[in-house]
Amino acid sequence: METIHTLQEFMLHTKNVTYVLMVAALVGITWFWLFLTERDEE
Amino acid sequence: MSEDATTMGKPVFSPFNIAAGVILLVGGVLTILRFTFGFDAVTNLSDYNPWGIWISFDLLCGVALAAGGFVTSAAVYLFGMKQYRVAVRPAILTGFLGYALVVIALHYDVGRPWRLPYPFLVRQGTTSLLFEVAACVALYLTVLFIEFSPAALEWLGLKRARSIVVKLTLLLTILGVVLSTLHQSSLGALFLLAPSKLHPLWYTPYLPIYFFVTAVIAGLSMVIFESTMAHRFFFHKMDEAHLAEKDVLPLGFGKAAAFVLAGYFIVKVIGISTGNNWHYLATGYGIWYLVELLGFVALPAFLYAVGVRDKNITLIRWTAAWSVLGIIVNRFNVCLVAFNWHLPTSERYFPHWMEIGISVFIVTLGVLIYRFIVTRMPVLYEHPDYDAH
Repeated sequence: METIHTLQEFMLHTKNVTYVLMVAALVGITWFWLFLTERDEE
Repeated sequence: MSEDATTMGKPVFSPFNIAAGVILLVGGVLTILRFTFGFDAVTNLSDYNPWGIWISFDLLCGVALAAGGFVTSAAVYLFGMKQYRVAVRPAILTGFLGYALVVIALHYDVGRPWRLPYPFLVRQGTTSLLFEVAACVALYLTVLFIEFSPAALEWLGLKRARSIVVKLTLLLTILGVVLSTLHQSSLGALFLLAPSKLHPLWYTPYLPIYFFVTAVIAGLSMVIFESTMAHRFFFHKMDEAHLAEKDVLPLGFGKAAAFVLAGYFIVKVIGISTGNNWHYLATGYGIWYLVELLGFVALPAFLYAVGVRDKNITLIRWTAAWSVLGIIVNRFNVCLVAFNWHLPTSERYFPHWMEIGISVFIVTLGVLIYRFIVTRMPVLYEHPDYDAH
């Protein structure tokens, strides 16, 4: 893990991770919604 | 459904009544001790730990678990989900009793309870979050009282007063949603004042959002849980419409709870990420945090979803009870477990048995008042003389 010295480095690091997580979250929540509603018509 | 038919033949000295009687008796003695000898006599509170379970359980859990009132009335009157209409009155009643008990519990917890009206009458302190919480709770308790009053007015036969209050339904629902959004989130925001005292995994600028979202989850789960209890113990008081919603309500509310829990799981993970607190997950507190996150957020989200997909009402009901427990765990974590986390073990707070006794006393009081009301007023059935509103 890279060393964080400044607020700029902290924000850059946490935003990088959060952006990747958000992509996963958007895919995940879409999958979850489909899983939840898959049998609604039955 | 007549009162005579349901109460006749039931022994006064049933196990429940005896247990409730003993709890009330002990609670009464503890109440006298609390108000005559002060905190020292009945609590383990100290300068390091100025609040204990009367705040974490009675207040924070009480307010969260009473959120079913605004969630259900918003679903029915604002989002037009009329299929849940019969669930509104029981939910409003639970909400009203929940908030009323919170106010009663506050009298035990604050040092000088007679000063509770001071924020309104003496000094407003409008820059304080507690002022907002106090104002919203007081106003919302009033709103819930008016929202529930049609049932009492029908019971009393006051048709004219009832028709006036019923016309206010939409306004009261909007007020309820606004006030709940404000104070549920502000209760979380209170902990923003103490960044050095709350463990970094629980401390995040998103705390107000977490508290509001978990209140919605608590509301949905509590309505399912309360409906389960009502169908088990008060089924004889229900009419056809209420009996028919037995399966409809868990499926609808379970679906909503599953999705909100999934969203909550995401914002919780984002909270760790924006604070860069990943390294704490490998500590003891981190493991407990993961228990909360995976065991009481991810797991119920998945179980609710499986229950809804398979139309497994039993699974949904158990998941609702588990979710209610999860909300209690969360409020205890923020308010007690992760609070003052840096203190040595010898200085940490553990509740005195009398504190627990008073909390049990207050919950028992709520259950007894609930039973008194639903066995008399048209809560679980529609009064034949009035149209549904």
